[in-house]
Amino acid sequence: MSATDHRLRIGYIPLVDATALIVAVDKNFTADEGLDVDLVREVSWSNVRDKLNIGLFHAAHLLAPVAIASSLGIGHVRVPIAAPFVLGVNGNAITLTAGLHRLLSDACEGDLSDPMESAKALARVVQKRKQQGRDPLTFGMTFPFSNHNYQLRFWMAAGGVDPDEDVRLVVLPPPYMVESLASGHVDGFCVGAPWNSVAVDLGIGRILHFGCDLVARLSEKVLAVRQSYALDQPDIVSRLVRALARAADFSAVEDNHDEVAAILSAPHRIGVARDIIRGALDGRLRTARGGPVRTDKRYMLIGGGGVPRPDPVHAAWIYAQMVRWGQTPLSDDAMRDARAVYRPDLYDAALGLSDDDIPTDSIEAFAGPAFDAQNIAAYLPAWNIGRQG
Amino acid sequence: MDHGLKIVIVDESAIRAAILEEGLREAGFTQVVRIAEMNNLLARVYAVDPDVILIDLENPSRDVLEQMFQVSRAVRRPIAMFVDQSDTASIQASVDAGVSAYIVDGLKKERIKHILDMCISRFNAFSRLQGELDVAKSALEERKVIDRAKGILMKAKNLNEEAAYALLRKTAMNENKKIAEIAQSVLTAAELFK
Repeated sequence: MSATDHRLRIGYIPLVDATALIVAVDKNFTADEGLDVDLVREVSWSNVRDKLNIGLFHAAHLLAPVAIASSLGIGHVRVPIAAPFVLGVNGNAITLTAGLHRLLSDACEGDLSDPMESAKALARVVQKRKQQGRDPLTFGMTFPFSNHNYQLRFWMAAGGVDPDEDVRLVVLPPPYMVESLASGHVDGFCVGAPWNSVAVDLGIGRILHFGCDLVARLSEKVLAVRQSYALDQPDIVSRLVRALARAADFSAVEDNHDEVAAILSAPHRIGVARDIIRGALDGRLRTARGGPVRTDKRYMLIGGGGVPRPDPVHAAWIYAQMVRWGQTPLSDDAMRDARAVYRPDLYDAALGLSDDDIPTDSIEAFAGPAFDAQNIAAYLPAWNIGRQG
Repeated sequence: MDHGLKIVIVDESAIRAAILEEGLREAGFTQVVRIAEMNNLLARVYAVDPDVILIDLENPSRDVLEQMFQVSRAVRRPIAMFVDQSDTASIQASVDAGVSAYIVDGLKKERIKHILDMCISRFNAFSRLQGELDVAKSALEERKVIDRAKGILMKAKNLNEEAAYALLRKTAMNENKKIAEIAQSVLTAAELFK
């Protein structure tokens, strides 16, 4: 540390994909870069977005789709955002009440762990409820601009369920998810770690799918700064990216997971039991209380293997979901602006990489045509269910 | 004046919501509904069908309200946040105070500017009140600590109450500390010598 330390206020939501940020600060990686970071725990994504927008935060842990929506001015004021670092890839899961899980299992004609089969089973359950004149099923997700929303929609629609017509989707703050499932307010939800495991441990819910079953690789949370800040303070952004890269790489090593889980479980950070956090980091999640542990290394990726490098193809995919579900019309300009939120150039500059060392990533979804980031106009009409245009 | 506006206050703090409602009523707004129950919030808000919604920034359910921006078949009245880009000072003031406002799209923001201003000042007043309450509480705590320390000194050194207090005060002055801090040390020491 030096006398010229820069003070930064960074907002975050207590979720496991804030790992790189929390580890960077608590292990002094930010201090080593001459940054004096004040991590501010927030209660809502709206707060994080607004405080970043008006400059109360220099940077924030943000839902990738919120960064894009903010840059495009969808649903809120337009504030261009730059994302020089991906804090987490994947990490979500779909959890259902035991009752709905059983109904799907009974209605399933194939392997329930195959999302196409489970989605078709859902369609049958939904159809039957309709015939019986019962209320539609309700699913919780964290924000209108969230992968949780898009993943649920993507999954359901593949089986023939229209997420706007056949079921109800409601926004729920993550800490309220489990309670809402227990009270029967929702029949299922899509949320990030640790909340699926919390529901499973309490015997309230069963995990049906990991997010990576639906889309193999999807940037979930980004480090967001205002574009103007990235322009004015490139050096500080570089230092922050370096500290985060160090923390993300540290957290990607399984031998370090105990230490990382201990740091994250502190009451003033995430405040959830160490074991649950450790499970999320390891990609080992129990899918039902007393049931088997499912292991998938792709469950949540933090650091290592180029994971934190922003890939504009991911931004394009998220934008395509916004268009598909009628949140915004399709336009070439908006597409360009959405892609421009992801800043591999800032990431490379901070870490001294050249862009030809890095393989480009691809979206692998369980349904539909291969995603073509260059030609969304041709990709979108392939879907039978959607709200575009 | 738009005293016919329907205003919803979403706040889990009953006292603050009451203070806000009182302010609104004084200003002539009679259609004020308080919502303290977060379960099924959206349905509760829709049932009231408000023109203006005020919510505490520390309430996680703010994200639930954001869903109202989404145009869907079930919801025909999209709602926009009151503050816009031209209004940075207003945003700053409301964020500082800890209140956020949403209005039904189409309502001119000038028409409800004074509502937000009033809320900001009431929120600030509430924080001050809370602060004063905390100060009063800690003063009471200090008082208790000092009384107990006095008791210990009176017994141990055979002093009367006045002399015990004078001893605490003198020590505090010499060590450049607060009397309550010295009193706390006396309690700690007494605990160790037990």
